[in-house]
Amino acid sequence: MHQEPRDNQLNVEPLRAQEVREQWKLLSLASPALLVIVAIILIPVTWLFYLSFVGGDGQFSLEHYRKMIEYKSYSRTFITTFKVSILTTLICILIGYPLAYFLALLPQRLAGLFMLAVLLPFWTSLLVRTYAWLVLLQRKGILNDFAMQIGLWDSPVKLVHNMTGTLIGMAHIMLPFLVLPLYSAMKKIERDMMHAASNLGASPTYAFWKVYFPLSLSGLVAGSLIVFVLCLGFYVTPAVLGGGRVVMVSTQITAILENQFNWGAASALGVVLLLATLLILYLASRLFKLDAVLFGKD
Amino acid sequence: MYALDDVDLEVFSGEFLTLLGPSGSGKTTLLMAIAGFNRPDSGSIRFGDTEMILTPPHKRDVGMVFQSYALFPHMTVAENIGFPLKLRKVNSAETAERVTEALATVQLTGLGDRKIDQLSGGQRQRVALARAFVFRPRILLMDEPLSALDKKLREQMQIELKQLHRQLGVTTVYVTHDQREALTMSDRIAIINHGKLAQVDTPQAIYNRPSNSFVADFIGESTILPLTLDTQERLLFEEQLVLDHLPEAFSKDNSRDWSLVVRPERISLNADSQRSENDCLVFRGEVKEFVYQGETALALVKVGKDYDISVRLGTNAASSQTMMKPGDEVNLSLSRDDVIVIPQEKTP
Repeated sequence: MHQEPRDNQLNVEPLRAQEVREQWKLLSLASPALLVIVAIILIPVTWLFYLSFVGGDGQFSLEHYRKMIEYKSYSRTFITTFKVSILTTLICILIGYPLAYFLALLPQRLAGLFMLAVLLPFWTSLLVRTYAWLVLLQRKGILNDFAMQIGLWDSPVKLVHNMTGTLIGMAHIMLPFLVLPLYSAMKKIERDMMHAASNLGASPTYAFWKVYFPLSLSGLVAGSLIVFVLCLGFYVTPAVLGGGRVVMVSTQITAILENQFNWGAASALGVVLLLATLLILYLASRLFKLDAVLFGKD
Repeated sequence: MYALDDVDLEVFSGEFLTLLGPSGSGKTTLLMAIAGFNRPDSGSIRFGDTEMILTPPHKRDVGMVFQSYALFPHMTVAENIGFPLKLRKVNSAETAERVTEALATVQLTGLGDRKIDQLSGGQRQRVALARAFVFRPRILLMDEPLSALDKKLREQMQIELKQLHRQLGVTTVYVTHDQREALTMSDRIAIINHGKLAQVDTPQAIYNRPSNSFVADFIGESTILPLTLDTQERLLFEEQLVLDHLPEAFSKDNSRDWSLVVRPERISLNADSQRSENDCLVFRGEVKEFVYQGETALALVKVGKDYDISVRLGTNAASSQTMMKPGDEVNLSLSRDDVIVIPQEKTP
């Protein structure tokens, strides 16, 4: 065989140039999306941040943040926001976990059908769904009529324009956000896992808590976080179904802007909400190894 | 049409029994029924004299190695193996001791703290095995446990599993579709086809005395040739070779048609004429194809009107003189002791 002299530099330059070209091409493909993110997220958020530190006299001041600590209404708003978000998330977990479990056990075709039932409301307008709940839950609404007819209660119960109505509406709207990641995590659990557990002597209950639940936990955490974070900034449903009695941060921001036209105060609220959300995501990531949860790393 | 029908099988205490069959034959269904993962429409599964058919899987005390291993990814190796012990309320000192012992048995000493995803395929296989026998189950089930391993490792594990079985003495039911694996490992093989038992016997008996054409064809290589019955009730091949050494079944039922099963390696080509025709059946044939395959060579020989018989030949220096080419005329001889006669499959 003919022996070529070994050349470590053979085609080094063009190969290197090709790699660089490909990386630039990739970057250019991603650039429209990156530009949009910068234009509609980074710049406005920075602007908000800046506004929150500008006082009524146009000078740098911390007055908006000071007011937030001084006035009770602000802290009440934050407490309400977190209460609604936590309760909604809990309701979604209680309803969503068994639902996702049921879907994961069904044969593919049936599961698709049921999933459609979960997703169909998801694809209709948020506003329509919220007002639909208003119709269902009001004093002389279908639910009250029905409950009184079958004798569940005697006089109409206040189901809307309060915390109850807000939670019912929010839980309904948020449910798919919990079920979808949970279902996909459950689908990845091999059937043999539960067989193995029971084969080794685990009762169905023990096998569920020691094997199935830990393996579905990543999906549950991902879904719960999505629901919780979405709830924190939610506006339409609490505004309509809360009837002014459930004041969330988003509701208060609108009020401040509409009544006082105070951009600084509104911005400060937004900034605090954003920071609180980031803090929660950070804590959750320390607790649950979020990388694995959100990016599917094993 | 049932997945399993009329299956009556007894597994002896301490034996290694293999359920062998093509995919979809029902062998895994039978294994799952023993473990309790599926519910038969009717039937009886007894461990000793105890009826188990209504017992839920977690109370059956059966160890199982799954095809996918089904190791718990959120637990370490030691936690996986300790899982059945914890459920049996074994105290932690004894659990640790038995886990260490089980790890040593499967040659994984020192890997107890590893996570499952830090193990190679072969190591996972061993952990699954250790977890299945550590609690001393009444019976050990294995569902194609070696199918995910590469050929070399698989053959090594076959020997190891056999040794382990001898060491533990646990009654084992093993499922595979690989006939070589079944022949290598088993005390007895139960061949399943279309949900029915085709034959249950030792590897030697199954290979040397298949009782029907499915078994003859499924185990090893074989050429199946039709036989005819003459007026004296003798079996003939191509109206010239008279066969004796007939199976017992033949005398009972000579109204059926019969076939001759020829194993490729049991035929010799151009054997010395010293061996008398009393000991051997001798055919004339013409070589159609000759292929060299390394450890053996394969000759396809045309015999009689239009039957092709495969013949395997050794490839050592002496026999390589017998290299032949298409068109060569040859003598095929088959020892009468190697004659296999089976009832012909009724064509529906």
